[in-house]
Amino acid sequence: MASTIVTFELGDREVEVMVRPMTTLQTVLRYQLGQTAVKEGCRQGGCGSCTVLVDGEPVMSCLLPVEEVAGRRVDTLETAMPTDGSDPLQQAFIEQGAFQCGYCTPGMLMVSRALLDHDPHPSRETIIDTLAGNVCRCTGYAPITAAVQAAARAGKDGQPR
Amino acid sequence: MAKLRGTGMSAVNYPTGMNLGGDPSQALIHATTSGSFVVSLSATDLGQGLRTVIGQIAAETLGVRMEDVVVDTADTDTGPHDMGTFASRATHRVGNAVIAAAVEAREALLDVAAEEFEAARSDLVFDGQGNLMVQGAPDRSLKIADIAAAAQFKYGKTIAGRGAWMKPKSPVDPETGAMDPDSTEAHACTVAEVEVDTETGEVTVLSIKSAYEVGQQVNPALVKGQIVGGAWMGLSHALYETTQPYYPDPDHAAKDFSEYLMPGAYEMPEIECVVLEYPSSNGPYGVKGVGEMTANSPIPAIVNAIYHATGVRIDELPVTPELILRGLDAKARATGD
Amino acid sequence: MSPTHHVVGRSVARADGIGHVTGRTVFTTDRAFPGLLHLKVVRSPVHHARIRGVDLSEAERVPGFVRALTHADVPHNVYTILGLIGVEPEEEFVLAVDRVRYKGEPIVAIVAESEQAANDAVARVKLDLEELPAVFDVEEALKPGAPIVTHWGNNTFMYEGHPCRRVRFGDVEAAFARADHIVEGVYDTKPIEQAPTETTAAIAVPEANGRYTVYTNTQALYFSLDNTSIILQVPGNQLHFIGGTVGGGFGGKVDVIVEPLATLAAMKTNRPVRYAFSRSEEMQVSSTRSAWRIYVKDGVMADGRLIARKVTSYADSGAYSRQTPYALTKHAANAAGPYAIPNVSIDAYCVFTNRQPTSAMRGFGITMASFALEVQMDKIAEVVGLDPWSVRFINAYHNGDMKPHRKLVEDATLIETMQAAARLVGHELPEAFQAMTSDPRPDGGA
Repeated sequence: MASTIVTFELGDREVEVMVRPMTTLQTVLRYQLGQTAVKEGCRQGGCGSCTVLVDGEPVMSCLLPVEEVAGRRVDTLETAMPTDGSDPLQQAFIEQGAFQCGYCTPGMLMVSRALLDHDPHPSRETIIDTLAGNVCRCTGYAPITAAVQAAARAGKDGQPR
Repeated sequence: MAKLRGTGMSAVNYPTGMNLGGDPSQALIHATTSGSFVVSLSATDLGQGLRTVIGQIAAETLGVRMEDVVVDTADTDTGPHDMGTFASRATHRVGNAVIAAAVEAREALLDVAAEEFEAARSDLVFDGQGNLMVQGAPDRSLKIADIAAAAQFKYGKTIAGRGAWMKPKSPVDPETGAMDPDSTEAHACTVAEVEVDTETGEVTVLSIKSAYEVGQQVNPALVKGQIVGGAWMGLSHALYETTQPYYPDPDHAAKDFSEYLMPGAYEMPEIECVVLEYPSSNGPYGVKGVGEMTANSPIPAIVNAIYHATGVRIDELPVTPELILRGLDAKARATGD
Repeated sequence: MSPTHHVVGRSVARADGIGHVTGRTVFTTDRAFPGLLHLKVVRSPVHHARIRGVDLSEAERVPGFVRALTHADVPHNVYTILGLIGVEPEEEFVLAVDRVRYKGEPIVAIVAESEQAANDAVARVKLDLEELPAVFDVEEALKPGAPIVTHWGNNTFMYEGHPCRRVRFGDVEAAFARADHIVEGVYDTKPIEQAPTETTAAIAVPEANGRYTVYTNTQALYFSLDNTSIILQVPGNQLHFIGGTVGGGFGGKVDVIVEPLATLAAMKTNRPVRYAFSRSEEMQVSSTRSAWRIYVKDGVMADGRLIARKVTSYADSGAYSRQTPYALTKHAANAAGPYAIPNVSIDAYCVFTNRQPTSAMRGFGITMASFALEVQMDKIAEVVGLDPWSVRFINAYHNGDMKPHRKLVEDATLIETMQAAARLVGHELPEAFQAMTSDPRPDGGA
């Protein structure tokens, strides 16, 4: 089958990619658009390390054909959070020791970002439910949960609510 | 049908270093003219934070700030030999090699500084803030960066050091097993509380409380990371994980994360810990390795807690709901309930 | 923290933290190279077989197919990684020659322009296999008549003429005879996968000066370089290994699995080659923690003192050694536990079966020993009518005690660690145990 052109927004800019049918968003983001913060722990929807936001909703990019995002906005960690690490979520992850090897971290930050955008004061149970699709092998999850709680307390502008 | 609670404990030790030794690590340190010290290694950081603790050990020994140390790893063209990151060996062996290299670099720095200050070496002190000064004369102070530049351009000298550390390889007597396997031992004692649902066989771990003795903590936050992450992995080993659930039958082997069971954030209990420091005789600043031991002590503590809760003694891992239910049935038959 | 330390003992921020939270930390497969080729491996679909033939003709016709590598292409086709530290014999192949011994064993490597093409070509390789009987249980593997997995005629690793690693200290049989109680247990554990979130991967890149740069997530950079040099028969200085950020190791990335084939393919094609495990390869083919079966027989006095411990352990090495023979020696050095026991006998067997080979994992050789021994200690407590804390204090080792492998105990703190744990959980210890220390015993012996 012939390749097609898919146009979508990557963060604030419009991108255009040529793809064979059923190429996943993960493959396009990592290998055509250089968004290597999108990780590839399993490529089967089992670990969440490939999580991106599509119109603000967390999605496992390894399960999504890229045609599905035509005309929509995709955010990766690179487009969603600043490179100086100043986002309250990023700061909270650093302060709480919410990573060790760092491989699951982009996915964890993406689901947490989506959660706090929808629910700025989530309960601990809600946070735990949100993280259920993301595998971490190093931290034991407790510092990640604590980091999301701390970021919720800090609020979007970095000031305590 | 009930939810039964129980408590169990375990006490373990864990050796530091590749078994029998013969696992060397080397380090090179050199000062740049901007006053930073580059530590060249080929050791790998697995996420536990080796790069950070090595930077701390180097900064401590050199007498400089953490931000003055650059840890450059892992590249076999620039980093000298290192055996690898495993067997709880890295902080211990790489740390010792870095201390040796830092001592040599520090000596070279003091030699140049003594000439610059026209003072005796023994009168020079580091302020831990990136400066070297003459004791008792706080106005006679130089930035280490300036001393490094002077070494380079005025004296034509290097400020550098080399270090290597190895526990010589021990033989093993094939008849008696006499051997010298390790450099030191760390210790752990864990108490676990569980709740067992006698209807479903499911085990909820309510708390894991431990004392860990690790020689010397270089970075307490990173040690805590090993303790919490290790507690999770120990819990996972005790109750969930295996690639071959019908072992020794190889069928139905897990292929992916949907089949390889691991606990999530929901299953994570309260983790409490206290860390003791009894410096080892041969570790850098008394360090003992910690990364593996933290996943070991929770496992039997949980299994012993299950026995305390239910009277069902389980001798295999992972402890599945099926094993618990079969154990409860067997116990009921034996007691005629 | 010691008042004389200015940075050791402080929770300094991690050096790599900012890279992790911005997604800019570079992991092995984040690297891109123009002209990158992909390597995938044809694996045995059965547990044990003779290879009668391999037909590559259909695979070669897949668009994007570049070349295949077979055992004939590997200069030194032996994979025994412990050979570097003098452990014999050589027994595993990089690519199988005439026999496969586990489901998943590599037979042919396919190099192609894309992962998809490589996977397609792998699926089209035809294998002519004659299945052989297989063995999966460690004790079954030691019985006469069991299918033999190794090439040297029995299913154990030989330790200087013995089929197991031995420790002999004192006289356990005499001690059992005078013990008040005998407490026995059998402990069975199953294989466990390291399952790091990042799978095993390497990218080998030919350089203009004739060297090869290998980007890898190995836990042991020089170990991987040296083994690759031996397998490819090129001087070590032709290889430049770069690693450093590993997305989780846990012992699963010390087996030098992907670097030799990736580098060989780069040599043969003069293009960069990437060999990355899929998650199912990581799960089913990469080394796991061994399954163990551990028999413990303890001789105990009425007051709770352990006077004899006999341990017979079987580790399931799978089809090949990898690092497991080393683990049995480490196990033997720890299989009596942190206790002062005057008579100890340990037989630690490295047994071969027809399953995926096992190797290092967090706690290698000791995790399952600790499980067995600490459940056993609770059994002892119950038999002699003591609580679990007491039986451990009574038997805890002290500095100056002799360990069964004839090394004196030093840096011991089991007693102090237990005291701290008791305080933490609010368990009141009797005076005698609160006052105990790990100091050498006054009488000089256990």
